[in-house]
Amino acid sequence: MLRGWVIVAVSFAYLGVLFAIAHWGDRRAEAGRSVIANPWIYSLSLAVYCTTWTFYGSVGRAASSGIGFLPVYLGPTLAAALWWYAMRKIIRISHAYRITSIADFVASRYGKSQLLGGLVTIIAVLGVIPYISLQLKAISGSFAILLHYPEIVMPAQAVAHHAFQDSALYIAMILAAFTILFGTRHLDATERHEGLVAAIAFESVVKLLAFLVVGAFVTFGIYQGFGDIFRKAQEVARLRPLLEVGSAGAGYGTWAFLTVLSMLSVMFLPRQFQIAVVENVDENHLAKAIWLFPLYLLLINVFVLPVALGGLMLFPAGVDADTFVLTVPMSQHRQELALFAFIGGLSAGTGMVIVETIALSTMVCNDLVMPVLLRLRWLRLNERQDVSRLLVNIRRLAITAILLLGYAYFRIAGEAYALVAIGLISFAAVAQFAPAILGGIFWRSGTRAGAMAGLLSGFAVWCYTLLLPSFARSGWLPHSFLEEGPLGIWLLRPHQLFGFTGLDDISHGLFWSMLANCAAYVGVSIARRPGVAEASQASLFVDVLRHTQSPERPPYWRGSASVEDLLALTGRFLGPERAQEAFLALARRRGREAVAELRPDAELVHFAETQLAGAIGGASARVLVSSVVQEEPPGLDEVMDILDEASQVRAYSRQLEQQSRELREATAELRAANARLQELDRLKDDFISNVTHELRTPLTAIRALSEILHDDPRTRLEDRRRFLGVIVKEAERLTRLINQTLDLAKIESGSAEWHTSELDVAEVVREAAEATSQLFRDRGARLSLRLAEGLPRVRADRDRLMQVLVNLLSNAVKFCAPERGLVEIRLAERGAELRVEVQDDGPGVAPPDRETIFERFRQAGETLTGKPRGTGLGLPISRRIVEHFGGRLWLEERAGPGATFCFSLPVASPGRAGATTMVTARGG
Amino acid sequence: MAHRVLVVDDEPSIVLSLQYLLQREGFEVDTAADGEAALEVVARRPPALVVLDIMLPTMSGFEVCRRLRADPAAAGIKVLMLTARGRDTEAQKGLRLGADLYLTKPFSTHELLEHVRRLLGQTP
Repeated sequence: MLRGWVIVAVSFAYLGVLFAIAHWGDRRAEAGRSVIANPWIYSLSLAVYCTTWTFYGSVGRAASSGIGFLPVYLGPTLAAALWWYAMRKIIRISHAYRITSIADFVASRYGKSQLLGGLVTIIAVLGVIPYISLQLKAISGSFAILLHYPEIVMPAQAVAHHAFQDSALYIAMILAAFTILFGTRHLDATERHEGLVAAIAFESVVKLLAFLVVGAFVTFGIYQGFGDIFRKAQEVARLRPLLEVGSAGAGYGTWAFLTVLSMLSVMFLPRQFQIAVVENVDENHLAKAIWLFPLYLLLINVFVLPVALGGLMLFPAGVDADTFVLTVPMSQHRQELALFAFIGGLSAGTGMVIVETIALSTMVCNDLVMPVLLRLRWLRLNERQDVSRLLVNIRRLAITAILLLGYAYFRIAGEAYALVAIGLISFAAVAQFAPAILGGIFWRSGTRAGAMAGLLSGFAVWCYTLLLPSFARSGWLPHSFLEEGPLGIWLLRPHQLFGFTGLDDISHGLFWSMLANCAAYVGVSIARRPGVAEASQASLFVDVLRHTQSPERPPYWRGSASVEDLLALTGRFLGPERAQEAFLALARRRGREAVAELRPDAELVHFAETQLAGAIGGASARVLVSSVVQEEPPGLDEVMDILDEASQVRAYSRQLEQQSRELREATAELRAANARLQELDRLKDDFISNVTHELRTPLTAIRALSEILHDDPRTRLEDRRRFLGVIVKEAERLTRLINQTLDLAKIESGSAEWHTSELDVAEVVREAAEATSQLFRDRGARLSLRLAEGLPRVRADRDRLMQVLVNLLSNAVKFCAPERGLVEIRLAERGAELRVEVQDDGPGVAPPDRETIFERFRQAGETLTGKPRGTGLGLPISRRIVEHFGGRLWLEERAGPGATFCFSLPVASPGRAGATTMVTARGG
Repeated sequence: MAHRVLVVDDEPSIVLSLQYLLQREGFEVDTAADGEAALEVVARRPPALVVLDIMLPTMSGFEVCRRLRADPAAAGIKVLMLTARGRDTEAQKGLRLGADLYLTKPFSTHELLEHVRRLLGQTP
């Protein structure tokens, strides 16, 4: 028999131990030897996540859906893996800007908006109160069950009908007292409660131990290990579905939604934010917590299924599975074990309630009450000497009110929901903070209006799909609201919104609320540009990992203030001594002796604001500081200046880029031009070198022979005549060379004179044959003319055309077979042009020389027939002349001996078409 | 005994003038119009001096000079190079290849003869 007073005494003793630990922790902190400054304590304190909902509720859920209880722990495990990116950033921001709660965080991010802070607070309070009431319910229920030991009576049948006989009310009041003791003993600028954290870590150890002991007792005491339990359960038909994945109530969609939901809540539940962010002393503790915390979750879940299955097999229907942790030891008459289980549940419940209530009371005080009080001028709050007592009292009131609200919800909602469902509804409420917070730290363009719209729409949908239905189930609203929708509108049924079915209630509510939330947040943020204050806060938050070296530096600020005013203001909220200390510490950091020596600059104003923010939240601090500072907010002009400057810098750098690109291009062009010049230079050099060579060769002969004749008057007449002949010939060669060089230069430079007229090519060919007839006779060669009759005229310069023909004919005669050589010249019409061909029967041109002979000073066949008499300029000049008249000159490739040089000239005008046709007919 | 001189040039009028000039001074003169013919003559009837033009068809004077210097049988033969191109680099190249003297066309017949005599160890 367990007497009531024993249970109460043990409970109080346990709470006493907790308090002692907290007290010890605080003392150590004051002495500067923090007990919580290690990652193990930090990780254990994070396990405040596991409440009575875990301690009792997991077994309950496992009893109905097998491993369906797992997503709630898988989520945090997955989330922990991402903490290094998200949580570390949140912690860094919160420490840099003295953020005291999740509401403060959201408000600060979006331009220190009081409205937003208030909204977050309201959502948090409304969302979390059912969760607190759940703890009260579990503690009082477990107390009631234990009181009936060894009989097993369900609390539903044992609940008192009058509030004053209800243990839950007393539990709520005791917890309120305890929370006030823990949480509001003093007002710290950082809102840290080291003793509290130590106590919470201790509680985590207790509840884990209690659950493990009970689990081990069931598994190894009642049964023979895990295998035995699962084998026996397998034999019971109604238990078999629990051992299969995807059994009732745990479809894959539900799994996914629950996992996501708990990922978000492990970060954004007010108590988790309080422990993980606000109470964090060193962000590097996160590194260990990332694996320790999931390990804790794994351990506390190891025995969930054995206890659930064991309980189901032990008890007939009628014993609530939520109580198995307590009732299974009771059924085996192990009262000490039952009592330990009760203490475990108590520790899970108190830990949650205390931390959650402190977090909420801070939010209520800083983000809901203070902003209102500061606005009520008749309170003259600004002028009171010390407001810190008032702040503490507000928080105490808030704590009491929150716990009483929790109790009220417990009384009213009663038994409508199982433990798990209530917890999940709370989860879904705090999940609404996710877009505003995650967006706030990663997305620069998120705006206050966007956050406001997102939170409001998400919260509204949450109310409609989750909160109102819970009211309906409690009988506050007609049940038809659930079945048929409001006013019978089928599409608006809160659990099948817009006809969307296939998900359980929680997943359904989460889906619609997050959809509305995200869409509104992103949509509104994009639609409107952020204001100056918002933009500057946004960049401070998003870029926190880059520039927290100087968090005391505000981005843009202009104004004037006095040190005394700031000190007095800070003193009113922190207490005069604490404020004096803080200012003195700042002065020392800046290398000054006294507070009076501080310069009232932007940094000091920012410092005071940060100190105040620790006590009353960022948004209220902002309002207060601006009341003692003549602030010149950055006006539109200034903002435009900043933007202008930025855009000028951008424009300038664009200009620079362009210039350097142009410079690169110009350099490349110059280099190419230089290369061309060098090439031209080389060509010119070659040309001059060639010309010199061609000039010097005849000159050498002329000079040598002249000197011979001059020095020796006795030279024989025969030699004398021979030498003079050579001299004359070489002189002619020189003249020709000079003329042709000048001629080519004139043609190439375009300064040659052309006397163009329409002429008969056949006539010119005959003249050329006449002019070269002496050459042919000298060589003993024969020239044959095959000229078509009545050909159209061409437009050309007669003398130049003559020059070309003479050049080709003299080349031909030079190379044709000696003595009986034959040269043939042909003229015919080919399409719209006339073609002249000069063919010799000489050795032909070797393939490598076919193109080079058209270059200047290149002559072919030198060794075969002795040195040909030529300047090496004839063909290049001829080609340029023909090209000038729009024709071409080339060497025909043809089998057999001899070379055939051809050129074509375009027919003068279409007016001669008749003649052409006639010729063609004759030719055919 | 009269020294034998080989004149190598592809310009008939220059060969004519050099041949007449050297013969008048008492040298025995052979002529060649290109490099291969010159090497052939050297092999058949080694001269004491080669007057060598650089701009020769198919094989340049430089190449002829290089082959002469690589041939131990032609070791004592003096080489006097002639060119119509006036670049210093060519003069250097010729001397590096082992030519004894380098003259630019058109040259003074008196100077040429002086150089030939000096190279052949005859004092004027």
